Amino acid sequence: MDKRLTNRIAVSFLWFCAATTVAVLGAVILYVFVNGIGQLSPAFIFTKPHGVNFEGGIGPTIVSTLYVTALAMLIVTPIGVLAAVYLAEYAVQGRLVRIIRFAADSLASVPSIIMGLFGLALFVESMHIGFSMISAALALSFLMLPIVMRTTEEAIRAVPRYIRWGSYGLGASKWQTVSRVVLPAAMSRILTGLILASGRAVGETAVVIFTMGQAIHLPISPLESGRPMTVHLYMLAMEGINLPAAYGTALLLMIMILFFNLTARWLLRRNRRMQG
Amino acid sequence: MADQPITTGAPAEKKSTLKLMSKATYAKEAALRSVFLVCATVAVAGVALIFVFVGVRGWPIIQDPGLGAFLFGKVWSSSAGEFGILPLVTGTFAITIGSLVLGAPLAVGTAVFLSEIASPKVRSIVRPAVELLAGVPSVVYGFFGLIILRPIIADITGGLGFGPLTASIVLAVMIVPTIATLTEDALGSVVPGIREASYAMGATTWQTIHKVLLPAASVGIIDAVILGMGRAVGETMAVVMLAGNAPQFFKGPGEPISTLTSQIVIDMSYASGTHRTALFAMAVILFLISMGLVALVRLISSRKETR
Repeated sequence: MDKRLTNRIAVSFLWFCAATTVAVLGAVILYVFVNGIGQLSPAFIFTKPHGVNFEGGIGPTIVSTLYVTALAMLIVTPIGVLAAVYLAEYAVQGRLVRIIRFAADSLASVPSIIMGLFGLALFVESMHIGFSMISAALALSFLMLPIVMRTTEEAIRAVPRYIRWGSYGLGASKWQTVSRVVLPAAMSRILTGLILASGRAVGETAVVIFTMGQAIHLPISPLESGRPMTVHLYMLAMEGINLPAAYGTALLLMIMILFFNLTARWLLRRNRRMQG
Repeated sequence: MADQPITTGAPAEKKSTLKLMSKATYAKEAALRSVFLVCATVAVAGVALIFVFVGVRGWPIIQDPGLGAFLFGKVWSSSAGEFGILPLVTGTFAITIGSLVLGAPLAVGTAVFLSEIASPKVRSIVRPAVELLAGVPSVVYGFFGLIILRPIIADITGGLGFGPLTASIVLAVMIVPTIATLTEDALGSVVPGIREASYAMGATTWQTIHKVLLPAASVGIIDAVILGMGRAVGETMAVVMLAGNAPQFFKGPGEPISTLTSQIVIDMSYASGTHRTALFAMAVILFLISMGLVALVRLISSRKETR
């Protein structure tokens, strides 16, 4: 076959692949928006569901989702960032670092259902915390840890060497250099990673279903149980009841995810512009 | 700060940078260093804790019904007290292979498009779309598949629309971001010179892609597909919502099946005794599969580096 013809066919196939990917995303977003937008009202967002078909709003599920995400961020941020500081600034390449990296990679690839069973076994049952915000947040933080570690380490490594030399040249110690020079310089990229990790927590279902409980409840203390939006959507969809509420929940979830992702992208772009 | 140098009497191997530090500063730096080290080992502790706490609950499966009956038993029936996971394992692999067949070409094609063909403007639309696709919660994918795709598949196959075909199509979309991002990285790290050399020889874009770039990036692409496979094996919520959840062997693309992950979600809320033990043991097996895939990727990459 003529090489130009082959080329044309192949290139159109590649266009087709990319177009399909974009079209699928467009279809999912459009579908959820069109069907869910009629549901959105202050009453839907702020009131409690009631009755056998969960009529009314989904307020408590939104609170549960935001609550557990914030709690998980509080746990994972210091550990993840400091672990990345160790890997990027302190660690000497060797067996220990290899083990840590392998563990982080494994943790990143652990199916979320296993994280759910792990949370159930350790936090809910063995530590007797019970189905609660804190159990779910602890299990989620293990899921988010590798994401935070990787993005933070990349952010720290992207800080130019000469900035560190300048700091050492002024007589600063290692920690002074890291805390006052390197981390501030890497801050916006670290934040981007944290935001993406919390987007992951918002959308997570399999972990929270076995650690937070499933009863609709407005959580006040971290020891109380609840039902996040994802689990609510799962229950509505599986039982085929109250589809309008399912669409509304799906739309709110997508809006949150879009918000997290766009904020992260905006931060990254602003950072790139500031660095020229 | 430097009022009390610790050089006095210190052996020669002390690093010269420490000479200017007071003992207090030195102690503080060392303490901080160990705090960071502890944080870094949390990941290792996490893996160990998962093994211990999920493993302990799954361990009794060795005695009852025994490892052979568990791994190779052909019947999974909680009412009959039979917990053979062979139908679930085959279900997992049927859906995984289906999603790879559909998803891997799509993902690699998208990555090649992004890296070789797209103009910066087109790229600035496609790449965020791929990233956003990764952010869509799996329960939303499941919901979408349930409402939109399932009726279509039901018309084609004549069943209810639950089964490996529906689940594979949705999973194929879900693994696209994983494979596409890693493949694009692999293509990006190909030495630019060979690309230009190929064009200079008069090769077309496609000849350059499949004779030069894909072979050069093959290790990275294989890694990407393996990690995409790990994603498909472990995916839970979308599969629960679409596979039909009948623990039987593969009978056809439109016949309901069940997988390791979906069976855990369906049964966990009411399981007790041996049934519960079996579910935890299945989680251990899933964990071993996913760790095995990560180890495989590391092995392939390190082979490449030594070559």
